[in-house]
Amino acid sequence: MTPVSETTRVSEDTKPSGPTFVFNWVGRVGLAVILFWALVALAGPFLSPYPPGEIVDWDYFGPVSSDYWMGTDYLGRDIFSRIIMGARYTVGIALAAVTLACTIGVVLGMIAAVAGGWFDMILSRFLDAYNGIPSLLFGLVVVAAVGSSILVLVLTLTAIYMPGSYRFARALAVNINTMDFVTVARARGEGTPYLITREIFPNILGPVLADLGLRFVFIVLVLSGLSFLGLGVQPPNADWGALVRENIEGLSFGAPAVIFPSVAIASLTISVNMFIDNLPTRIRDRSE
Amino acid sequence: MPRSLLPYFLVLQRLGIALLTLVIVSFAVFFATALLPGDVAEILLGQAATPEAVAGLREAMGLDEPALSRFIGWLVGLLHGDMGTSYVNNMEVADLIGGRLSNSLRLAGVTTLVSVPIALTLGICAAMWRGSIFDRVVSILTISVISVPEFMVATLSVLIFAVWLGWLPALSYGVDVDSWSAVLRAYAMPVISLSFVVSAQMIRMTRAAVIETINTPYVEMALLKGASLPRQVLRHALPNALGPIANAVALSLSYLVGGVIIVETIFNYPGVAKLMVDAVSTRDLPLIQSCAMIFCVSYLSLITLADVIAVLSNPRLRR
Repeated sequence: MTPVSETTRVSEDTKPSGPTFVFNWVGRVGLAVILFWALVALAGPFLSPYPPGEIVDWDYFGPVSSDYWMGTDYLGRDIFSRIIMGARYTVGIALAAVTLACTIGVVLGMIAAVAGGWFDMILSRFLDAYNGIPSLLFGLVVVAAVGSSILVLVLTLTAIYMPGSYRFARALAVNINTMDFVTVARARGEGTPYLITREIFPNILGPVLADLGLRFVFIVLVLSGLSFLGLGVQPPNADWGALVRENIEGLSFGAPAVIFPSVAIASLTISVNMFIDNLPTRIRDRSE
Repeated sequence: MPRSLLPYFLVLQRLGIALLTLVIVSFAVFFATALLPGDVAEILLGQAATPEAVAGLREAMGLDEPALSRFIGWLVGLLHGDMGTSYVNNMEVADLIGGRLSNSLRLAGVTTLVSVPIALTLGICAAMWRGSIFDRVVSILTISVISVPEFMVATLSVLIFAVWLGWLPALSYGVDVDSWSAVLRAYAMPVISLSFVVSAQMIRMTRAAVIETINTPYVEMALLKGASLPRQVLRHALPNALGPIANAVALSLSYLVGGVIIVETIFNYPGVAKLMVDAVSTRDLPLIQSCAMIFCVSYLSLITLADVIAVLSNPRLRR
C-alpha cells in the first residue's frame, strides 16, 4: 500500500498548482485593457456624458477641453461619447464574427481530421482556394454586391476568417488523432461524435482559444479598414474605423477627433496581442 | 521518377494548384458581383422601371442565360482582354483601368525598391544582435505596425511628417509633375506609409529565417573556430537563409494588395484601388469585377512565387 500512497503524494506535489498559470505584467496589462473595453462596450450609454449623435459644440474639430475630454468632431459632436458608443460596434461585431468563424472552423476542422477521406480533401482544397482572395478585397466585393449592414458585416468577416480557423484546428486535430488514446477509443468502437467531443476537443482547446484571440485582432483590423473606406458601419452610427474616416479632414491640422479613435483601435489590438503572446505556454502550446 | 526532378515536379504542382485556385477565385468574384446582387437590370433602371423595360434590358444584356454559361462567357472575355462596359458611364472598363494600373504598379514598384533593402538590413541586423536593445526596439516597432490597421500607419505618418515636422505635403498631388523634387514630394507620403506596412512583416520573417540558420551546428562551428559575429552571420548563416528570406519577401509583398487599397484612398492617389473603392460606392459591378480580378491575380502570383521559391531553394529536395 505504501508505494501507492507515495505515488499519489508525489503527483500531488509535482502538480503545477500556480506558477505556470501566472501571467507576467505585460500579459496583465493586456488583459486589463481588454476587460476595460469589454466593460465600456457593455455599459456604454451610462458612461457617455452626451448622447453620441448630438451636436454639442457649434465649433467643429474642437480641441481637448474639460467639457469635451477628447474634443469634438467635424459636426461638433463629442468624440468621447462617440468612441464609447463605437466600442459597441467594433467589439460587438468582431466578437460575433470571431465566435462564428471559430466555431464553424473548429467543428469542420475536427470532423475533417477524424473522418478524413474525400470530405477532408474537398473541404481543404476548397478552403485553401479562399486563401487566394485578399481579405479586405473580399469584404469590398461583398459589400459592393449586397450593401452594408451589421449582419452582412458579421457574415462577411466570418466567411473571411473561417478557413484559417479550419486549417488551424485541422492541423492540431490531425496530430491528436494519431495518438494512442484516440486509437484505443476507436478500437473500443467509439463513433466520430464521441471521438471529437471527448478525445480531440479537450486537447486542442488551449491553442484554439489563443488562435481565437489573434483572429479577433485580424477581424478588428479588417472591420476598421472597411469602415474607414466607408463600407462598414453606416452613419449616423459609427465604429472606431468610421470615426477616423469621418474626421479625416481634421488630420492636416492634427485634430484630436482623428487621433483618439485611432488610439482606441490600437489599444485594443495591441493589448490582445500582448495578452495572447504572454499566455502561459501550457495553455498556448498544449498539443506540441 | 528520378529524385533530381522532384523540385520541378513540385513547382509544376504548385502552379497547377494556383491555376485551380484562380478558377475558384474568379468564380467567387463572379458569383459575388453578378449573381448575389439580384437583378442587375432592375438596379440599372431604378425604381420607376416598367416590367417590359426590365425584361428587354435583361435580354439585351444576356442575363436570361444560365449562370454557368454567363460565367464562362465572362471568363473567356476576360482572357481576351474584354472586360465589359461600365454601368455608370458606358466606357470600356479596359480604358478606365489602363492608365490607373500603371500608376498603381509604379507606386507598388517604388515601395518595393524602398522597403526591401531597408527591411532586409534591419531584419538581418536584428537577428545578428539578437536580444540587444536594437533588436528589441525593432521588434516592438514591427509588432506595433502589424497590430494596427493600415490606415492608422498612414494617418500617423501624415501626422508626423506633414503636420508636426512639416517636411512633406499631406496629400499626393496626382502624377503629372515635372521636376524630380516634385515627383519625390508627391510620392513620399504614400510610399512611406506603404513601406511601413510591408516592411514590418518582412523584417520579422527575415529575422526569424536568419535566427533559424544561426542556431544550426555549422554556424556554431564557425563560432568555435573564432569567426567574428558578422562573418558568422553574413558568410555562414545568410547563404542558407536566402531561400526563406526570398519567400518572406514575396509573401510580405502580398500585403501590398491590402495596403494599396487603403493608401490610395487616403492620399487620393489615382490608381486601380481608388477606382475600385469609388466603383463600390456607385455599384459599378463590371468595373469592380475587373479590379477585383487584377488584385486577386497579383496576390495569387506573389503567394505562388513565394511557394515556388521555397521549393526551389530547398536543396534537401534535390538530393
